[in-house]
Amino acid sequence: MKLIRHHLETITGIEVFPLISFVIFFLFFTGLFIYVYRMDKSKIKEITNIPLDSKETDQ
Amino acid sequence: MSDTNQIQREEKTGLETFYYDNQIVRMFLIATVIFGVIGMTVGLWAALQLVIPELNLGLQYTTFGRIRPLHTNAVIFAFVGNGIFAGVYYSMQRLLKTRMYSDLLGKIHFWGWQTIILAAVVSLPLGMTTGKEYAELEWPIDIAITLIWVVFGLNMIMTLVKRRERHIYVAIWFYLATFVTVALLHIVNSVELPISFMKSYSWYAGVQDALVQWWYGHNAVAFFLTTPYLGLMYYFVPKAANRPVYSYRLSIIHFWALIFIYIWAGPHHLLYTSLPDWAQSLGVAFSIMLIAPSWGGMLNGLLTLRGAWDRVREDPVLKFMVVAITCYGMATFEGPMMSLKSVNAIAHFTDWIVAHVHVGALGWNGFLTFGMLYYLIPKMYETKLFSLKMANTHFWLGTLGIIFYALPLYWAGFTQSQMWNQFNPEGTLVYFNFLETVTQILPMYWMRAFGGTLYLAGALFMVYNLWKTAKAGSFMKDSKAEAAPLLKEYSAPKNGHWHRRIFEAKPLRLTLFALIAVAIGGIVEFVPVFLVKENMPTIASVQPYTPLELHGRDIYVREGCYTCHSQMIRPFRSETARYGEYSKAGEFVYDYPFQWGSKRTGPDLHRIGAKYPDSWHFYHMLDPTSMSPGSIMPPYPWLYDQDWNKEITEVKIRAMQTLGVPYADGYDQQALADAETQAQEISDRLKQQDQIEMTKDAEIIALIAYLQRMGTDISNVADSNQE
Repeated sequence: MKLIRHHLETITGIEVFPLISFVIFFLFFTGLFIYVYRMDKSKIKEITNIPLDSKETDQ
Repeated sequence: MSDTNQIQREEKTGLETFYYDNQIVRMFLIATVIFGVIGMTVGLWAALQLVIPELNLGLQYTTFGRIRPLHTNAVIFAFVGNGIFAGVYYSMQRLLKTRMYSDLLGKIHFWGWQTIILAAVVSLPLGMTTGKEYAELEWPIDIAITLIWVVFGLNMIMTLVKRRERHIYVAIWFYLATFVTVALLHIVNSVELPISFMKSYSWYAGVQDALVQWWYGHNAVAFFLTTPYLGLMYYFVPKAANRPVYSYRLSIIHFWALIFIYIWAGPHHLLYTSLPDWAQSLGVAFSIMLIAPSWGGMLNGLLTLRGAWDRVREDPVLKFMVVAITCYGMATFEGPMMSLKSVNAIAHFTDWIVAHVHVGALGWNGFLTFGMLYYLIPKMYETKLFSLKMANTHFWLGTLGIIFYALPLYWAGFTQSQMWNQFNPEGTLVYFNFLETVTQILPMYWMRAFGGTLYLAGALFMVYNLWKTAKAGSFMKDSKAEAAPLLKEYSAPKNGHWHRRIFEAKPLRLTLFALIAVAIGGIVEFVPVFLVKENMPTIASVQPYTPLELHGRDIYVREGCYTCHSQMIRPFRSETARYGEYSKAGEFVYDYPFQWGSKRTGPDLHRIGAKYPDSWHFYHMLDPTSMSPGSIMPPYPWLYDQDWNKEITEVKIRAMQTLGVPYADGYDQQALADAETQAQEISDRLKQQDQIEMTKDAEIIALIAYLQRMGTDISNVADSNQE
């Protein structure tokens, strides 16, 4: 493992990689939760019913 | 028709009349039923060979190592694959209020996919394999898969373009993610160098090959067995229960979290192997995180039935779906647990893994497919199900089948693992003979075969039931529907949310972002491992294989030895005491493809080299029970009649050179002579050791050469300059 650690360490700026990953994840999921929370209720209702509201002869 | 005309017409009439194509759905449904039965039957056959090896019929084409890949490929790509396509073609038309973009593309997709399956059914028993699990099919078939997959994707995306429903329901997001990710996985993992028709070498070697393969293998589970079926769940469960999904908000989080996280978890298949530590830890961390979206999705599915639980008692469709979703929940809880290193140390290489995947395959994929079939066939034939009672019988046979399959294998896996690890007070292994740990669990193998039989019997009830249903009704080729077309100059309302403007009404952009989400995980995993390629901890004493060993290795791959034997000794005391020095990354640099395996029905082989005399291997391959009484390994008599393929020697060496194996320039010209010399030496040794008369041209000679070489280079380490 020493060798692998050595080669990883030689990548410039490797220390910042985990930090970047964490920030990306954190922002992505925070954004997602905020978006989902702010979604319009009536719109959700409409979308949720798409599978059920088919005007089809075999339904 | 100009845009203005269309808008005017829409304003006048409001509605357009059009027809859903049921024909293509029916074609895929029939295919899923047929291949389901075939795939399960081959699975049962393989399971029975573990207790009665003679059931291989004495033929190379039907021996475990070749039909096990046939079983997995048939179930995954033929049964589940056709199930996905049937469900997608049915639900997509209705969710988007339009017929599929092109009937012709649908037909090309259908017949193309069935031709690929046929090619697999022929080529796998013939031993044409890349030796990489769940990606065994050789390069011409890989190319065909790519083309047909593109046809499928094109048909989906063009259907989205001509849709009449502005909003793209979450099920379709899952379908799109499936399309892009499977394309990515398949292409990256199938990069190979063809050396002849139906024979190629993986572009990657050793550790890198393992990482790519399990990134693929894990995500094939994620994006072929999971995401499309979640899409089907989000459509068919609300449909069958006749109520909307429990929480649409949750489904959005489910989608993004699942595709974002799943792709990182592949390395959990390689814990304690020679894979770099950081990659293993990354895999574990993301596997644990996966519980959240998986269980979010499971609960969303189950809670959709709130207020309809009384109907679950009566409706077989709902029964199957409830058990399917429950099995999904169990498997996705178990998976992250198994990726904890301490649990993995117990579970890996044992039947626990086999039990785990079958909870997913039989429970989640199987039962959801059955539920869908019981829902769709009566609907499309405009009649009632022929026999409710028979469907209930199927349900109970199937459920009992899963239990009888999984529980004995959990028991077997745990027992065997404990036996492997048991030491005497003096510090020696209690069960040094690996075979003792196998014979101990044979009763469990019998029970599992019984479970499989129950499950298959249930499926046969279904075939009869659906056939009678179809006969009683009349098939509706097209169903008529009406909907208003979308306005061409639509733009999202200014007050609408940015996410909806960017993603939810824009299929191509949604697809692209899904691709980016999965690509990030892949890049983070691969780049460091490929960056350190030049500096992979090489071991100076590890040398390229000799030409004859290369031939032997290809025979090892052809016979599917990796389906029962690993080549990866983990750094545990119990393993080094049993097998020898643990496996190092640098030992595999010339392994195209890697053959680490994932299951030990037999012992690890990485240090088999030089452990026994040549004559031991000679007798053992001819009749394993002669060397290990009670062994369940099948005999390989054909290796003694068939000759190793001399003509291809030069090509093999040149291919290896292209891949970066350091044979001297022009060595391809000398390779055959070297191979013949080495073969003669082995043939002579056999005669010396045990008066065995064997021609140097027989395949067994090449295989012995490979087996005797395996894992031995490292023992020369003391004499050479190690880095």
